[in-house]
Amino acid sequence: MAASVRELRAKIRSTQATKKITRAMELIAASRIIKAQQHAAAAAPYARELTRAVSAVATFSNVEHPLTTEKENPKKAAVLVITGDRGLAGAYSSSVLKEAERLGEKLRAEGKEVDYYLAGRKAEGYFNFRGREFITSWTGFSDKPQYSDARTIGETLTKTFASQESDEDAIDPALAADELHVVFTQFRSMLTQEPDVIRLLPLEVVEGTEAPSSDDLLPLYEFEPSAHEVLDALLPKYVNSRIYFCLLQAAASELAARQKAMKSATDNAQDLIEKYTRIANQARQAGITQEISEIVGGANALADSSAKD
Amino acid sequence: MASDSTATLRVELVAADRVVWSGEATEVSARTAEGDIGVLRDHAPLLSLLVPGIVRIESTDGGRVIAAVEEGFISVADNRVSILSEDASLVNEIDVAQAQSALEQAQADGDELGVLRAEARLAAQKAS
Repeated sequence: MAASVRELRAKIRSTQATKKITRAMELIAASRIIKAQQHAAAAAPYARELTRAVSAVATFSNVEHPLTTEKENPKKAAVLVITGDRGLAGAYSSSVLKEAERLGEKLRAEGKEVDYYLAGRKAEGYFNFRGREFITSWTGFSDKPQYSDARTIGETLTKTFASQESDEDAIDPALAADELHVVFTQFRSMLTQEPDVIRLLPLEVVEGTEAPSSDDLLPLYEFEPSAHEVLDALLPKYVNSRIYFCLLQAAASELAARQKAMKSATDNAQDLIEKYTRIANQARQAGITQEISEIVGGANALADSSAKD
Repeated sequence: MASDSTATLRVELVAADRVVWSGEATEVSARTAEGDIGVLRDHAPLLSLLVPGIVRIESTDGGRVIAAVEEGFISVADNRVSILSEDASLVNEIDVAQAQSALEQAQADGDELGVLRAEARLAAQKAS
């Protein structure tokens, strides 16, 4: 009650301004989620056909490929952490980072070294602030990933994994990894998004999410130039496509998390405005009451003094 | 889909982030790592690698669809043709000036794949 009416009015105005901003961010996030979901739907046919083709090659040929072969004694794991570029999305980025830390602990307990690859400015900031090391980071696309972003990431990561035998574009052997994990956020629904870990490499080829129906048996393909070469070309694309999937999921999750966070911020601002308005009204009333009593008191004093005369 | 009586192919031209074209067609031709191929109805199941080049689709409504694709692959089975490429664009979506500058850039950098990709886009423009 100590605050003056003027101070309270200023507080109400600033809270109203904040509310307008959070409300706008909520609406923007809401409209972008729809777009993000459309992107995810548009990417589905490619992923489905690619998965089909990879399973076709894997089923009809016993081709051993370095990307699918389990290392006997894995020493190094690469971890790709996908977070957002911007905050104001509740616990979105921090829960991914927490999951990444957990995975790191687990891998280290298994005696593997962990190399971090980061996507999103929040992850970068987290690692820089703690003075932790990471190999590379990619930023600037977290809420609107393009396929080319996934391709850049995929190519870098595939190289670290397959570096043992790729002689022409050999990378620093210190970076060569034996497995690759991705930490990202699964978009389950508008209300739930869960941080999730998938092991991308060595690949375990699975038939998408929809099981093939019985009449959808894979035909006996003829492979040109050869099954091995087809697989060679397909698998890196499969990896890129999986990473694209993760990026899209993460983008949708980020937007949903932001919408939720901004909605509660808007609600909070509304509550604060109501509370402040009440206090301000009370203060105003108290001021008026005081003035009246002062006037009455003053008048009485005057009347008393004149009566004495 | 397997038992349709019409003598057509079900074609899907898919890029990584969208379906570029899909529909019924009588013939599809594309450039694979082994050379140009044409696919008609009842083609044997095939999975082949594409090199950057032009894909021609003779669609049943009389039109010819021409698209430039990057490296990718084509799969044929049960009169279904899927052409997958990380980046594919129909001829009317191609920006010639942009393709031309990409070509020059790639030539300057000695980026062979880039040259092929840009040339494919320009060739598609000419072929239409």
